[in-house]
Amino acid sequence: MSNKQTLVVIGNGMVGQNFLTSLMASEIKDNYEVVTFCEEALPAYDRVHLSEYFAGKSAEDLSLVEEGFFENNNITIHMGDKASIIDRSSKIVISEKGVEIAYDKLVLATGSSAFVPPIPGNDREGCIAYRTIDDLDEMISAAKTSKVGAVVGGGLLGLEAAKALQELDLKTHVVQFGPRLMGAQLDDGGADLLKKKIEDLGVSVLTNKNTIQIVDGETCKHKMIFADNSELETDLILYSAGIRPRDEIAEACGLEIADRGGIVINDQCLTSDGDIYAIGECASWNNQTFGLVAPGYAMARAVVNQLAGGSEEFTGADMSTKLKLNGVDVASVGDPHATTPGSLVYTYQNGVDGIYKRLVVSQDNKLLLGAVLVGDASGYPTLLQYYLNGIELPANPDALILPSRSDESVGLGPDALPASAQICSCFDVTKGDICTSIESGCTTLGALKDDTKAATGCGGCAALLKSVLDCELEKAGIEVNTDICEHFAYTRQDLYNLIMVEEIKTFAELLEKHGSGKGCEICKQTIGSILASYWNEYVLENSHVSVQDTNDTFLANMQKDGTYSVVPRMTGGEVTPEGLIAIGQIAKKYGLYTKVTGGQRVDLFGARVDQLPPIWQELIDAGFESGHAYGKSLRTVKSCVGSTWCRFGVDDSVGLAVELENRYKGLRAPHKIKFAVSGCTRECAEAQSKDIGIIAVEGGWNLYVCGNGGMKPRHGDLFATNLDKETLIKYIDRVLTFYVQTADRMQRTSVWMENMEGGLDYLKSVVIDDKLEICDKLETQMQRVVDTYQCEWKTTIADENKLKRFRTFVNSDKTDENIIFVEERGQIRPANVEERELALAEEA
Amino acid sequence: MSQWVDVCSVDDLVADSGVCALIEETQVAIFYMPQDDAVFAINNYDPFGKVHVLSRGLIGDIKGEPMVSSPLYKQHFNLKTGDCFEDDTVSVDAYGVRITGERVEVNLNGAA
Repeated sequence: MSNKQTLVVIGNGMVGQNFLTSLMASEIKDNYEVVTFCEEALPAYDRVHLSEYFAGKSAEDLSLVEEGFFENNNITIHMGDKASIIDRSSKIVISEKGVEIAYDKLVLATGSSAFVPPIPGNDREGCIAYRTIDDLDEMISAAKTSKVGAVVGGGLLGLEAAKALQELDLKTHVVQFGPRLMGAQLDDGGADLLKKKIEDLGVSVLTNKNTIQIVDGETCKHKMIFADNSELETDLILYSAGIRPRDEIAEACGLEIADRGGIVINDQCLTSDGDIYAIGECASWNNQTFGLVAPGYAMARAVVNQLAGGSEEFTGADMSTKLKLNGVDVASVGDPHATTPGSLVYTYQNGVDGIYKRLVVSQDNKLLLGAVLVGDASGYPTLLQYYLNGIELPANPDALILPSRSDESVGLGPDALPASAQICSCFDVTKGDICTSIESGCTTLGALKDDTKAATGCGGCAALLKSVLDCELEKAGIEVNTDICEHFAYTRQDLYNLIMVEEIKTFAELLEKHGSGKGCEICKQTIGSILASYWNEYVLENSHVSVQDTNDTFLANMQKDGTYSVVPRMTGGEVTPEGLIAIGQIAKKYGLYTKVTGGQRVDLFGARVDQLPPIWQELIDAGFESGHAYGKSLRTVKSCVGSTWCRFGVDDSVGLAVELENRYKGLRAPHKIKFAVSGCTRECAEAQSKDIGIIAVEGGWNLYVCGNGGMKPRHGDLFATNLDKETLIKYIDRVLTFYVQTADRMQRTSVWMENMEGGLDYLKSVVIDDKLEICDKLETQMQRVVDTYQCEWKTTIADENKLKRFRTFVNSDKTDENIIFVEERGQIRPANVEERELALAEEA
Repeated sequence: MSQWVDVCSVDDLVADSGVCALIEETQVAIFYMPQDDAVFAINNYDPFGKVHVLSRGLIGDIKGEPMVSSPLYKQHFNLKTGDCFEDDTVSVDAYGVRITGERVEVNLNGAA
């Protein structure tokens, strides 16, 4: 039996899980037997992004727990079991199911529950608190029989809930007790504009409405009756009118509870019992509870630090926040209401563009105390840094909120920030951390995100992170050489633009005009790929053949023994019995190894270079065409069987997959591209791990972009929802062409996205809002590629001159006698070195 | 001893790329850079991948020296000397090669 102490964590919400993750990342991870209780059926998930559940995200997507986390770290988790009693005298926790655990240290992370106004009728059917995934499921089923929905509460979470109701196609009302939306974060001016913007989106907003009773409705299921005698008919009611700390278990065992609720903690996050900590929304610090996740994370960090013998304390939290509500940018910094004595206010109001900005500054006009931004929150990172770091304001602080009429930038240069400045509040990454990471060699945005985790939470600090990186690199005199190789002093994107603008059609021409020397495998392949992407000419044209990698030259994939694999296209993974038989017969005839791949087609291995043309002749005769497996190009569009056969299918995923594969086949790109189409949200085609992923939903198709399996898996980002097919194809045309034009060489879409300044929102603004006014051109370019498609094998087979290249030797009909196979599991495989030597010796 | 062997016609070569010839038991990779009127011959064996594939690599130059990049693992070999750029303990044989009229000739015993 180990002599470890036992640490019990009650609650596996966002903060409880963050505590466990921090603990396991610390040096004291082996000091404790860790046991945790989770009353919900699911371990920790992202409550902040709960409304994305309606936009097609699954409970798994929202999960904050890495697969195998509890097992790998030897943490015992009691799922679906609520800790109900703490016996402090014997130091035991007892659960509802009767589990008893003796603890040495106890951490309470019980969170909070939605506040339900204590009015008659509040528990009628279809009146639901908006808080957990279970609540959401209840809400989805209630919505099926509803036409109208009302959210009680116009705060942050209430507006998120309203968005969810709209996603469910309900006529939506927001009922706010007070006079303003987001009363804690916004002043009257900001709240008025937000109200107008929310109403423009089709949500009705009722303010100053005190609900006193809910009764049977006349046109709907319920009628809400307000104190001013007005009424609202609705079928569904969501409560999101604030939260109540879950302090029952603490109160029952005699821990001190704050007057306004919450378990009282000190700066060490200790409760009135020296062995019991409380963190997150259940805790009350300085008579304050915190309904945001960042302060909870700060408490979790402090407790881990103290358990490790450190002295980190929780000293309050900044409640500044920035968010996008149904596309409306809203941000609030510090003290937006100007409650600080003597504070002064600047206001900028632009009724034409729908922008409101307010600055609250100190009496001497030198320090920023608070800010409100509605309609344009781009200034938030700068303002937040002024506020958090007490940086002296410029002589005219209003310049920070007035639109700049010249090129002069009034933003705060990253150089002005102290090392202690927090850049990423989600993961508490300071400028100092970032500088250290840059010094250690992380000189790209992607590497920096990977190393520090900065900008991987809400992503709000991505632009600031980039400017810190640029500034530090410049200061360090590190010139980031972006030349692709010694022959071209250009980036891939530069080369693409040169080819496009000067209409250059060959490598030789580009080399003569803009390069030096003879080129190398880097620039040749890159430029060969760009030329193929843009002009889409036959890659084995005399002017192109010398810049192709061996795979493109021989239109097959070279394997480790110098033989090639042959991959015929099977659009969407569909193949006829006749096709399968033909492939089987050809494989048998040429003695090839056959394997079904992850891309839902059959690869044939072990073809010598001289066998490629006859093999392809037979494949073409059997109706197949090139699968482009050899190119940095579109590979496959994987699909599940879809609504045609599947009992659960929502739409015809195979049909769409075939159509898309036929549209984009042959498209050359900076790297390979994979698609998948799933016929419902069960997602059997694993579309979210693809560059382009499509999932059928009731309202149309949901589009995910920039996912990746491979060495570093990345889930695709949800890009647009409920699309019809025409719009879907338009968006894919644009995303792919933009990728082909702007990515670095050998950059997958996932890394391209990670390194893109502005990230997903920027890509959406380019592709959906046409911010750069290039969408027409992107579509035209893609259409050119689609219209000029050819099966490269068909072209090659028909040209005797091209076939000369497939001879093993120019002066002999012999074949390479060093290629030797042995048999394994009934098929060939390349001989290993010993087997080969043995075989050659026997022959001699 | 110098012995030139007739291998193929210039038409059999591929501009700015390679082909392979078999001379007795030896596989010879022949590369052609028509702009410089240059032709190179080295052994086709890739000592890293341990298979005969160098003729199928991309060619170009590194700081002015003509090179081929292995199609398998991308090491570079000097077309004049056969030396590997990345590892100076590794090299492949380089052979004499010349164009006489319309014919290409290789000399396994001679330098270029």
